[in-house]
Amino acid sequence: MTDSLFFFLASLTLLCALMVVISKNPVHSVLFLILTFFTISGHYILLNAQFLAAVNIIVYAGAIMVLFLFVIMFLNQSQERVRTATISKFAGVTAGGLLFIVLVAALRDASVQTYDPETFDSQIGMVENLGKVLFGDYLLPFELASVLFLVAMVGAVMLGKKEEGEKHF
Amino acid sequence: MEPLTNRSKKLAKKEMTFAEKAYLPAIAQGLGITLKHFFKKKSTIQYPEETRQRSDVWRGLHVLKRDEEGRERCTACGLCAVACPAEAITMVAGERKVGEEHLYREEKYAVTYEVNMLRCIFCGMCEEACPKAAIFLQDDKIAPARYERDEFIYGKDRLVEPLKTTETK
Amino acid sequence: MESVDLIYKTIYILVIFGITLLIATYSTYAERKVAAFIQDRIGPNRAGPFGLLQPLADAGKMFFKEEFIPAKSNKALFILGPGVAMLIACMSSAVIPFGDMLIIGGREVYLQAIEVNIGLLYVFGVVSLGVYGVMIGGWASNNKFSLLGAIRAASQNISYELAMGLSIIAILMMTGSLSLREIAAQQAGFNWNIWYQPLGFIIFLVCAFAETNRTPFDLPECEAELVGGYHTEYSSMKLGLFLFAEYINIFVASAVMATLYFGAYNFPFMHELGALISDDPVIANNVITILGVVVMFAKIFFFIFFFMWVRWTLPRFRFDQLMKLGWQILIPLAILNIILTGGGILLKDHFFN
Ligand code: SF4
Ligand code: SF4
Repeated sequence: MTDSLFFFLASLTLLCALMVVISKNPVHSVLFLILTFFTISGHYILLNAQFLAAVNIIVYAGAIMVLFLFVIMFLNQSQERVRTATISKFAGVTAGGLLFIVLVAALRDASVQTYDPETFDSQIGMVENLGKVLFGDYLLPFELASVLFLVAMVGAVMLGKKEEGEKHF
Repeated sequence: MEPLTNRSKKLAKKEMTFAEKAYLPAIAQGLGITLKHFFKKKSTIQYPEETRQRSDVWRGLHVLKRDEEGRERCTACGLCAVACPAEAITMVAGERKVGEEHLYREEKYAVTYEVNMLRCIFCGMCEEACPKAAIFLQDDKIAPARYERDEFIYGKDRLVEPLKTTETK
Repeated sequence: MESVDLIYKTIYILVIFGITLLIATYSTYAERKVAAFIQDRIGPNRAGPFGLLQPLADAGKMFFKEEFIPAKSNKALFILGPGVAMLIACMSSAVIPFGDMLIIGGREVYLQAIEVNIGLLYVFGVVSLGVYGVMIGGWASNNKFSLLGAIRAASQNISYELAMGLSIIAILMMTGSLSLREIAAQQAGFNWNIWYQPLGFIIFLVCAFAETNRTPFDLPECEAELVGGYHTEYSSMKLGLFLFAEYINIFVASAVMATLYFGAYNFPFMHELGALISDDPVIANNVITILGVVVMFAKIFFFIFFFMWVRWTLPRFRFDQLMKLGWQILIPLAILNIILTGGGILLKDHFFN
């Protein structure tokens, strides 16, 4: 049951992710990206990490992708398609292929840790455990990340602030 | 400048107090007002079943009167049309034939007589102008709503008072 | 899961779905009645007794209207928009505990469709998705007014989601749980969260108005500036779905408010009353639970009424005022609320333990 669900979700994820790249209309791309996030959340649920699933949907699908869509809707989608030069297509394929090879090579040697049914804790992805880990073992990185966010926010406010004498339509 | 009356309210632009800035007291006040209206007596009149009480001098739909013997009084003199400020009345005059004496009182009569109820402003000038006391505005009838514009042009069929055969009013 | 449980869950989900739709349907009727009463009128009263069949008449009218799709619109997305709006609106009532548990034949039956330990986040996530229907529909219409409406909806929802999330965090700090059933159970009797979180409740309330696009925050469909907003190009039942989704959202928002702040199915003296009714714990429990469901729905109806009451009282905000309220007033207030709550919890631990 879980197996077939996993394969179904995985293929759906890959399909949606592929459609993000393939579809010609940027709005369609964004919508497929949202679907991809949903399927990834599905994977989280299969892993019994409900908190991550919900947060993934709230933060990515609910907020960031809305902003993406927001910006793309503002773009003037002209009728004529943007033509890419043959050389850049070629370069893109080469770079992508190289990356793929590197990935395959790296993953081939990596040993995947299998879980041990005896010691495996199915509750590891629950909110309480996650919170304990984040505020216990990983307190410093967590706080550093939050400081980083704060700095980014202050920077964004600085950039967005009206300057003296600046005209706003 | 000296104000003409002492009724005008003095307005001074004051700094808003905290309660005004917080906005919530004002909202509560507004909610109170609407809630008061919620329980007030409703002013709706269920139209077809009940009608609003009209004044005794209400000017409603026109009627072309007949005399005591049931003959039409109108002689198509056109004074009403001249008096009409909205130019709502048109008529075609005709000569009374021999044998029609029981139908028309005067020798000249209105073959057609039309009032356009969309133009009419129910001022009652036609009533004032008529030398034969032929046209009156009724106090108990109004021109009902209809779907087509032509249906508002009332001809003689709808204007002339029906023959009083039985009623004695 | 046993098959009995499965059957029960299926029935329960269908019932909740039906109730949601029914309440949304009659919200349209209630909205017109409330509007009329506030304006000293009597509202729809021709279709059936007291006009009770009015929603059916409205739906019938909607279905017989011409289905219109603008020529240069994006057809697939144009059709998808209202569907997404409706789907997402219907999803969120699944985790709301409408009642405690019934004991039927020795089996404990919880009156909640799905119990997840992140119930609150689930609601929050679904609500944050709600804007997609509006955005997709507005953009696909290929109409500037629709697009502006959609963009307003997006920016408004994102802005108010922040303040809403922050006001919820204060609740989480107090209850220490994300599960709605847990939060409801902690407010047993008259121990409602509103007594501890008045500021948080006001912030949440304002945000709920903004998230459901209700007046005074119905800028996305502001007819004075944007013709009809995001649904300018919609007609027939597709328009109906958009409007219907709004009413479902109101229902869900009311239910969440009742659960989070007004004690869900709890009412004062429930345990004393239970002891009074019967000595048999099973019967007492069941009676109290059923009463609790009634109380829950009474609370929900009150909030639905409140939404309408406010709609017919307050005028619309201007868009810059809306943004200012969201970012410069509500978010700092929500953060202040979090700090106060944290301080309160610390003080309580310090002095009363
Ligand atoms: S009531 Fe006034 S407007 Fe109407 S037909 Fe008579 S004169 Fe004309
Ligand atoms: S209604 Fe009176 S004023 Fe008008 S044409 Fe007839 S007689 Fe003359």
